[in-house]
Amino acid sequence: MFSFFKKTGQEPQPPESAPASAPSWRERLFQGLAKTRAQWGGKLKTIFSRGKVDDELLEELESMLLTSDVGIEATQFLLDDLKGRAKRDKLDTPEAIQQALAGAFVDLVGPLEKPLDIENHRPFVIMIAGVNGAGKTTSIGKLAKYFQDQGKSVLLAAGDTFRAAAREQLQAWGERNNVTVISQESGDPAAVIFDAIAAAKARGIDVVLADTAGRLPTQLHLMEEIAKVRRVIQKVDPTGPHETLLVLDANIGQNALQQVKAFDKAVQVTGLVVTKLDGTAKGGVVAAIARQCPKPIRFIGVGEGIDDLRPFSAKDFVDALFE
Amino acid sequence: MLDNLTQRLARVMKTLKGEARLTESNIADALREVRMALLEADVALPVVKDFISAVKEKAVGEEVIGSLSPGQALVGVVHRELARLMGEAHEGISFATQPPAIVLMAGLQGAGKTTTVGKLGKFLKETQKKKVLVVSCDVYRPAAIEQLKSVAGQAGIDFFPSSAGEKPEAIALAAADWARRHYHDVLLVDTAGRLAIDEEMMAEIKRLHAALNPIETLFVVDAMLGQDAVNTARAFNEALPLTGVVLTKLDGDARGGAALSVRHVTGKPIKFAGVGEKLSGLEAFHPERMASRILGMGDVLSLIEEAKKGLDEEKAVAFAKKLKSGKGFDLNDFKDQIGQMRKMGGMTALLDKMPAQVAQMAGQLPVGAENKMVGRVEGIINSMTPAERAKPEIIKASRKRRIAAGAGVQVQDVNRLLNQFEQSQKMMKQLTKGGIGKLMRGMKGMLPGMGR
Ligand SMILES: Nc1nc2c(ncn2[C@@H]2O[C@H](COP(=O)(O)OP(=O)(O)OP(=O)(O)O)[C@@H](O)[C@H]2O)c(=O)[nH]1
Ligand SMILES: Nc1nc2c(ncn2[C@@H]2O[C@H](COP(=O)(O)OP(=O)(O)O)[C@@H](O)[C@H]2O)c(=O)[nH]1
Ligand SMILES: [Mg+2]
Ligand SMILES: [Mg+2]
Repeated sequence: MFSFFKKTGQEPQPPESAPASAPSWRERLFQGLAKTRAQWGGKLKTIFSRGKVDDELLEELESMLLTSDVGIEATQFLLDDLKGRAKRDKLDTPEAIQQALAGAFVDLVGPLEKPLDIENHRPFVIMIAGVNGAGKTTSIGKLAKYFQDQGKSVLLAAGDTFRAAAREQLQAWGERNNVTVISQESGDPAAVIFDAIAAAKARGIDVVLADTAGRLPTQLHLMEEIAKVRRVIQKVDPTGPHETLLVLDANIGQNALQQVKAFDKAVQVTGLVVTKLDGTAKGGVVAAIARQCPKPIRFIGVGEGIDDLRPFSAKDFVDALFE
Repeated sequence: MLDNLTQRLARVMKTLKGEARLTESNIADALREVRMALLEADVALPVVKDFISAVKEKAVGEEVIGSLSPGQALVGVVHRELARLMGEAHEGISFATQPPAIVLMAGLQGAGKTTTVGKLGKFLKETQKKKVLVVSCDVYRPAAIEQLKSVAGQAGIDFFPSSAGEKPEAIALAAADWARRHYHDVLLVDTAGRLAIDEEMMAEIKRLHAALNPIETLFVVDAMLGQDAVNTARAFNEALPLTGVVLTKLDGDARGGAALSVRHVTGKPIKFAGVGEKLSGLEAFHPERMASRILGMGDVLSLIEEAKKGLDEEKAVAFAKKLKSGKGFDLNDFKDQIGQMRKMGGMTALLDKMPAQVAQMAGQLPVGAENKMVGRVEGIINSMTPAERAKPEIIKASRKRRIAAGAGVQVQDVNRLLNQFEQSQKMMKQLTKGGIGKLMRGMKGMLPGMGR
């Protein structure tokens, strides 16, 4: 198959943390995209084979970006960037055009590639937030494995005191990882998380992962509730939370922007996790996020299993998007 | 950023103004704005394309109704067409079968299937006196069965136990058998979330469907979904003979364009809307409201609709212009706005026409409070001089005393009004800049007795 953005050099190295047996996240991502890729690859091929940056080509590229949830504003930005490159570098071959668009995309989302460093605090307190069903609890399960693989000790806090069986769900991930889950009968998420951090301090634990209930930004009282959770964390540890991860479902469209803005306002988001990239949704909204409210993308989710988590790589993300 | 369609069209309206008909040539720019509005609302691109050509066909040749400008007429066409495509009003669950009526749920991970099972069970029990049994075939997600058990308990409906070690098909058949022998009217079958490209899992749900032969197969879909909704919906629709759609998380601020994508691809009715996490958060689906919401214009559209019924057109146009600029909105406008609200039957009636989440907020207002408030506000503004209305900054202590005496109110009532006006002015600016979510927050401050 005609392969755009094929690496000229060597294949990307799988992340060091990934177990040797598991497929690289690029592979997982590509498996997921296999279906649409065939169709897309063909489409891109016809687009690029004209070899000229004319209006027709720009319109088709526009469609391609829009159908990946890139959004109007970021799409326009990328196309303008491409036009600029085309003029400046006198692009007249398909390869050159592919590289230019991929380059524009990587330049846009590249700054979001900032791995999470958990070395400077102990316990390193990570608070997880997001809308309903985004993949928060599952991501915690995967992160617990990820950090344990790096030789860190982990403790989970069952801060979703609202949803039916949320505690049991996190408990199950605790058992899979063989780590302690702190939970309470009480309905107060701040109290549970407070306890968990105190326990982690007493036991010399490296990382605390605090689950929270899903909430929509329109539910102002719930946004206030999670802001309070953050303030309470600061009471046990004035330097915490050391990371506030917002979990975004790749299937979500432009509302993801509203989510980043609203959660940032409530709890000061320091990083993102983009889940469900094993499906056909391409998560192009991260380009819009990079434009309008940039936050580091720490990890991506590529499946429901415990190993289906990868650090974010802008280059691989863009390759998977266009391949 | 996300300005609504009316404002967008206001920009191109100039070219349309004065022309009596919409023609091929004068609507091209306007349709481009419609296209952008739909894309921003997450309607899938191929669906947008089909929709635009349908609207174009309908709009060309459309006479401009009475007092409206062609731009507004186009908004009317767009809205009507969108509402039409959204389908008929509420269609409930079918019971045209030998009991139990089996309902199979299907959808992506985290869509809201389990919660919807609880909501639907509660709804059928309470409104139609049905004897409901629920069962979970989700043997994958940790504590999924536990979740349904707890939800069923909250809903007060019967739960058929299953365990992660069993096969989904076996679970479903055992539950159907149990329901038959215990005279349940309905069996709601929850399933695991799955990606449309997961062949094994899609084969599994096909087998479940074949084994159960359900009267309803509902596709549960998150209102926040983006462009890929079209692929997902197509795949589920091809794998299963869907009978309807449930749109969840409409209590959020997503514009919900996915609803149109899913409708377009499946052709199946949207039967229910999820509007909250609680089990009471299930509503009939309102195609009209959804159309307004997707266009991001429930509020302003109502004004236009009302304009047709004889409101002052000049005022409506001026208002739209001021909305657009966010500037020059003074106390005269504030009064007009309130007067117009009055003509329309007060705030409550107006809010009825707004998207669900705004209406929901309005529900927190004490009945009648707003109309009383409106009367007082009008009285106060009537006691002001034209100069004061145009430049409220000049209203200092002595003027306040005079105005208060003239309107028969206290000075603090005048102060409150001036505050509200300032809020209202801010709200107008927010309305121009951001979507309905911001508008809501603005409204909270504008009306007394609402929130903090
Ligand atoms: N395919 C796929 N599924 C995922 C991924 N991450 C999470 N899920 C699934 O998405 C669903 C919701 O995940 P949860 O972890 O329960 O989400 P949550 O945000 O904790 O949900 P609430 O607490 O209910 O708001 C589950 O069925 C998960 O298995 C992913 O990367 N890929
Ligand atoms: N705000 C809101 N949350 C919802 C709605 N429907 C479901 N949820 C939440 O969305 C999340 C996923 O729902 P669930 O029923 O577990 O989804 P499933 O994975 O499809 O079974 C849960 O946190 C639910 O509480 C809704 O209409 N509004
Ligand atoms: Mg959870
Ligand atoms: Mg479920």
